[in-house]
Amino acid sequence: MARQRAVSAFQRVEGLPIILVFVVLLILFMYLSPEVFLRPFQYTTFLSTLPPIILLAVGLTFIIGAGEIDLCFPAIIGFSGFTFAVIFKEGPDWLVAVSGAREGDWLASPLAAQIVQWCGVVAALIAGLFIGFVNGILVAKIGIPSFIATLGTQFFWYGMATVMSGGKSYALRTAEASSVWQMLVGRPFASSTTDWLQQVPIQALWTAIIVVIMWFILNRHRFGEHTLFLGDSNDVSRVVGIDVDREKIKLFMLMGFLAAIASIFLTLENKNYFGNQGQGYLLLAIASVLIGGTSIFGGKATVIGTIVGCFIIAIVEPGLVATGLTGAWVNTVRGLIFLIAIIFYLHVEEPQRRSAFMVRIGRLSAFGTARPAE
Amino acid sequence: MTVAMASDREAAAVANIIRLADVQKFFGPIQALRDISLAIGRNEIVGLIGDNGAGKSTLIKVMTGVLSPTSGRIFIRDREINLSDYSVRMAHDLSIETVYQDKSLAEKQPLWRNFFVGRQLTNRFGFIDIKREKKIANQILMDVIGFRGVGITVDSTIGNLSGGERQGIAIGRAMHYNADLIILDEPTAALGVAEVRKVLDFVRRIKTSGRACIYIEHNLAHVHEVADRLIVLDRGSIVAEILPKDMSVVELTEFLIDLQHKS
Repeated sequence: MARQRAVSAFQRVEGLPIILVFVVLLILFMYLSPEVFLRPFQYTTFLSTLPPIILLAVGLTFIIGAGEIDLCFPAIIGFSGFTFAVIFKEGPDWLVAVSGAREGDWLASPLAAQIVQWCGVVAALIAGLFIGFVNGILVAKIGIPSFIATLGTQFFWYGMATVMSGGKSYALRTAEASSVWQMLVGRPFASSTTDWLQQVPIQALWTAIIVVIMWFILNRHRFGEHTLFLGDSNDVSRVVGIDVDREKIKLFMLMGFLAAIASIFLTLENKNYFGNQGQGYLLLAIASVLIGGTSIFGGKATVIGTIVGCFIIAIVEPGLVATGLTGAWVNTVRGLIFLIAIIFYLHVEEPQRRSAFMVRIGRLSAFGTARPAE
Repeated sequence: MTVAMASDREAAAVANIIRLADVQKFFGPIQALRDISLAIGRNEIVGLIGDNGAGKSTLIKVMTGVLSPTSGRIFIRDREINLSDYSVRMAHDLSIETVYQDKSLAEKQPLWRNFFVGRQLTNRFGFIDIKREKKIANQILMDVIGFRGVGITVDSTIGNLSGGERQGIAIGRAMHYNADLIILDEPTAALGVAEVRKVLDFVRRIKTSGRACIYIEHNLAHVHEVADRLIVLDRGSIVAEILPKDMSVVELTEFLIDLQHKS
């Protein structure tokens, strides 16, 4: 009885096991390389590099929680990033050229240029929503399994970005002067006298706000509840009156929207758009979500776990390098953490699997102990 | 109170809760339902029996808005409904609830979410009032279903409950929403003897609370025990209507076997 209560307390705090793992890793790295992990610069770096992957992983938490998968979001980073970069860089000049405005006209003014650049932000978001909408239609209405559908669209939108950009990259060298840069990825404390505070990027704040909103949506909103029921069973969802197709389309649009925000942050932070940007994020984001404790089979999802999963994935690299191992070890260790986490979740959350496994390795007799899978 | 009385009076004037007229359903070239006409009155338990593939489940899905019929008419409380608008949600609004053998509850979700999913108590932004949902779910658990002191709370995960408990919860949910008609799709399939007893008690409760029930069952003894009237389905058509008092379970079994051999 006491053990049961301890187990339920363990499960009641969202993401507790993975938070403990993260804390252990952090303490380990602090102990092994205090010169990196006990000083603030490593953490301010995280604040600027983590937001894109956190946004992607949070969107993916919903998708995987609903029992689907999205492989297309790296292409959204490519395509939305291109849409944004091209309008941001060349939009103001087009405006002048098309309208024939001369020096001193309002359309040639800095204000007009700023407005065009904000239109670039809106266009990138619309592009993300649209790509998500297409994915949703393919999965929900046409009935292609999401793995296949988004694999296809992933190729298509990367290809589209390459075709439209002609394979060029766009350097946004003067971006820092624009209000878009200042508002989205600026350094609000740049004039501070504390050196690390100068480097705190504002996208960390925007990302934190989005994450909190998404937590509330997943746990407290009708849409989040529908997401989890979809992941549990599409049949049950239909029977209880959830509009399964519509919710799936909304899910993929949400993913597209978050990926578009991530692409804007990434492009602005790098001050550069390049054709295959985002390609490294696919597996990292999926791994973060699963390390965090969202069920591979759907029906159970945790935003907090996902965030901690992102932290773990991100901390391994500087941690290993700072402690003297080469960067070559990074993915090996990530893989190890990933596998251990998956095995742990399978065994904690699905007792019948645990007992089936015990039977298989001969620890328990097969009769009476293993509950048959229903 | 006055609202309840008004709806009672309104209900009293209604002859049938649901009536189907000449309903046909095709899946491609295959005809799953053929000339189905039936009526379910108030306060009766109607057993729907027939072999595998007789069309029982399809008939239920048509009645509850999961599938739309290829042709035919459906009347709910004597009023014809527009089939192109008919959906699960509309069936809920018209007080028709369905309890499926294994598709009514989501396994990994807590009980309270299962009570309210599809019609959550939300504020105007769609955020769920969790406190109120849990409170009402607890009342249903205690008063309607009668789960006292068995270690089940509103936070229990459905996957941890026994089959009979799950059916009890699904039926309790249907009764909470004041369904006039509760459709049970093989609620006792794969249950142990004691669990079956519990479920049959739930079915009787449906009737004593003044509602109608369509009860689909494989096990003829169970359905014979609780039903007021039996409708026999064979290859998509209604082939007989039997009153349990006219036929024993053994005779009923023979009747159904004969039906299979006849063609």
